[in-house]
Amino acid sequence: MSAPSRTHPSGRGQALSAQIDGQPPLQRDPAVTIFQKGAPSRRAFVCPELDVPAAAGAELLPERFRRSQAPALPEVSEPEIVRHYVSLSKRNFDLDSGFYPLGSCTMKHNPRLHERAAALPGHARLHPLQDADCAQGALELMFNLQRALAEISGLEHVCLAPSAGSHGELAGVLLTRAYHEARGEVRRKVLTPDTAHGTNPATVTMAGLEVVKLATNDAGGVDLDDLREKADSDVACLMLTNPNTLGLFDPNIEQIAQIVHGVGATLYYDGANLNAVMGLSRPGDMGFDIVHFNLHKSFTQPHGGGGPGAGPIAVSERIAPFLPPGLVKRGEDGTFAFAPTAPSSIGRLRGFHGNYGCFVRAYAYICSLGGDGLRDASETAVVNANYLLARLQQTVEPDVRSHLPLAYGPSREDGGQLCMHEFVLSGGPMRRALGVKTVDLAKRLLDFGFHPPTVYFPLLVEEALMVEPTETETKETLDAFADAIAAIIGEAIEDPQIAQNAPYSTPVRRLDEVAAAKRPVVREQR
Amino acid sequence: MLEAIGVSSVQELFDRQIPETVRLRKPLALADGRGEQDVYAHLRELAQRNTSAEDELSFLGAGMYDHYVPAIVDMITERSEFLTPYTPYQPEISQGGLQAMFEYQTAISELTALPVSNASSYEGPSALAAAGYLAKLHNGRRRFVISAGLHPHSAETLRTHARGYGMEVDEVPLRDGVTDAQAWAEAIDAETSAAFFAQPNFYGNVEDAEALTEAARRAGAQPDRAGQGDPGKANGADPIAGAGSPGDANRSGAGPPVVVAQVDPITLGVLKAPGECGVDVAVGEGQPLGNRLDFGGPSFGFFAAREEYLRRMPGRIAGETVDVDGRRGFVLTLQTREQHIRREKATSNICTSQALNALAAVVYLSWLGRAGIVELGELLLARTHYAREALCAIEGVESFSEQPVIREFALHLDADVAAVRRRCKEAGVNPGVDVYALTGRARDRGLLLVALTERRSRADIDRLAAALKAALAAEREVVSV
Repeated sequence: MSAPSRTHPSGRGQALSAQIDGQPPLQRDPAVTIFQKGAPSRRAFVCPELDVPAAAGAELLPERFRRSQAPALPEVSEPEIVRHYVSLSKRNFDLDSGFYPLGSCTMKHNPRLHERAAALPGHARLHPLQDADCAQGALELMFNLQRALAEISGLEHVCLAPSAGSHGELAGVLLTRAYHEARGEVRRKVLTPDTAHGTNPATVTMAGLEVVKLATNDAGGVDLDDLREKADSDVACLMLTNPNTLGLFDPNIEQIAQIVHGVGATLYYDGANLNAVMGLSRPGDMGFDIVHFNLHKSFTQPHGGGGPGAGPIAVSERIAPFLPPGLVKRGEDGTFAFAPTAPSSIGRLRGFHGNYGCFVRAYAYICSLGGDGLRDASETAVVNANYLLARLQQTVEPDVRSHLPLAYGPSREDGGQLCMHEFVLSGGPMRRALGVKTVDLAKRLLDFGFHPPTVYFPLLVEEALMVEPTETETKETLDAFADAIAAIIGEAIEDPQIAQNAPYSTPVRRLDEVAAAKRPVVREQR
Repeated sequence: MLEAIGVSSVQELFDRQIPETVRLRKPLALADGRGEQDVYAHLRELAQRNTSAEDELSFLGAGMYDHYVPAIVDMITERSEFLTPYTPYQPEISQGGLQAMFEYQTAISELTALPVSNASSYEGPSALAAAGYLAKLHNGRRRFVISAGLHPHSAETLRTHARGYGMEVDEVPLRDGVTDAQAWAEAIDAETSAAFFAQPNFYGNVEDAEALTEAARRAGAQPDRAGQGDPGKANGADPIAGAGSPGDANRSGAGPPVVVAQVDPITLGVLKAPGECGVDVAVGEGQPLGNRLDFGGPSFGFFAAREEYLRRMPGRIAGETVDVDGRRGFVLTLQTREQHIRREKATSNICTSQALNALAAVVYLSWLGRAGIVELGELLLARTHYAREALCAIEGVESFSEQPVIREFALHLDADVAAVRRRCKEAGVNPGVDVYALTGRARDRGLLLVALTERRSRADIDRLAAALKAALAAEREVVSV
């Protein structure tokens, strides 16, 4: 975790040159894919014996339906497979190895109890078309999770089915459309602030509606004048993240809700930042009609290097008739079953009932923490973010604050600023003063053993650096990260090239992404 | 920490930021938190109230199958380094995950005999719907044609998504258990954006994929018979309709529709591959490849296509490149398709997908290997035929059709399917899916869908036959009494 500067005023640590010029780390072996390994007829799989009469192949399947050449899958032994993927794993950074303050991604600890529970055969080998009377445990779990998410969001009706956040968003926009259509209205526009996640506008287009951007005011919230101007009878919905991607809770949320509801539109809550407000404030109470949750963010489903996730939605009474299939209800006799799908439903969004394996983990998390524990988690997440922000803004030697100022945020009496569970710094001054861009800072952080924050998002902040520490990090880790940022700025003041050419200690160094996109090679060549 | 922040209490942090009127001033009405051992006991108790494939002899399928998952899949996917990272936004420290994606794409490309694959989609039916969106972006036309042999969840999912972006969906019926070739050719015209079929189809029957593909291409390339469909007018609301974008040539002139096949990947060691059949896009449910049943998810969808569709594909794609020292490496590539760059003009809204499930698949396919995928397919083929014959020999059972099947088949029972299934289950055998209960379609009344995996031996099939025979006999007795 320590890769301090060779010239840092504090003089701590070893010489950087050892990393730049020394022996390459072990994970620097040339990249060789599994398709380049092995040898003809080498194998791991032993096929079960053919225990039925061996009919002539053509008798069972006409020749014209048969494949002419076997797919060229790897020919490798089990030990080769294990070595290969274990060695690949060592070329990955992961949450269990170090701090991962990726903004709007909520990289909190993934308790291993959840993996153990999800792997129980009663969950893991349960077929999705098992009869309800033979899946009562699973249905009860889903029912309980629906109830818990309803309570957390303050919205009564929950559908667990969407596969991820963006899938939940699509459900939300389709629900909005269906709601308006049922009232005989065709509304074409969806308002999204310019701070919105990219999935919001992409979703709107996929749902056949049109994106209208809303401006951000000086305090980092929705510009109410712009909203009043754009809110008209053609607006179907406003999609909002609160706290938003600047890490700020919009203090005008009730006014926003009034304006949006005033023109008959719905209010959609992107739950990516729910980790700031669990048990403290509820989207339903703020006036939202539709919420999606990211079980892989707020509720500890491990992210898996890019999924799986799950994106359940919760909606108000007026949206409920349009929900997709997959709602679990409890009958009068206490048994559980899937509710019949209403004729007014927007229809199915995917196969079966959703990512149940993620439900098991999220439910285990909620059971472990309970209501008070969830509130504590959010409180600690906000304290951690504010502490890290304060540490960074108070570091004077070198002057971190002038290089990386907070982009937006309410002031404290003593001149400092506050945030919710994450905050966004601007690397603009750093770039102008030192010629070091946010991407350089991020790459140099890799040498210090940290995953960098989210960079260049939200788009309205110059050289944005979006930091979300989460509640599961210790003060020591936050301090070490603040020290690393200070050290990088310190060394950049001396020699900006150190950051500009970073990283040095990783399995590969900066990669040519332009070449990759220009002449795409997306599979191993034969 | 509070001192450093400059506030006197945690409360103050929130009081200063969240308006009083939207603060929750009561505890969440949830049970108190519990220790690990108690939570485990609770989840174990819930698991015990499920009848899994461990607890009965199960022939359930219809999209998800109880294949054996080798131990190394668990061992590798449980490693922290694969389990706990985010999407690889920092390629220098994500080479393991990115290379695994690249290998996965190679494996899917090999299986489907199509040159390009994305790094995963959510699951089967939504991958099929995503193929529809690709077709819409590609040619801007207004109509989809689907075979009635699609899995009902796929057809419904496509309809839900298609309604969103204003696309009509027309269904072509089956004839003798497979897509009616004549109706298929008649339904497809120059206004058809994409044509979809499943291989094998929902009832387990092997379609003539090559003939369906050729027919679709021929029919779609011709001017509309009714003389109404002028492809030149088809401009759609393509968000990517920039000058020089790959679809433009096709959009302004006549051309075949995008032919989409939903395929069961476990059959692709034996069945002619989509690429060999001329299919444009192959999608499917990846669960059979080393993924758990998990009561329906998480699994993954795969999405492979011909080269010309690469820049319109949904989802992440890993690509090969070099670093500043010339070392081989991998990155997420063609990101200008994606929502975080392109926003409302993206080819898809997908962000988090199914990376860990795709990793399970490439480990599984490496374990199965070049010979294994063929051997497994042949074993399934042989056992499935044995099972169909054994079951059709029972009084009151008829085959749904005489078409070739490879791992699943439908039977017509001359008794109430629900009642027969109950009796079989009392004997510890889950005989398969009650098709009508799944689809609610009148034409599916009386059908039982029986699926095989390599875990179901001849002895298991014989046990199913005995249970089914006894159940049908008992039902006849009830009726005659």
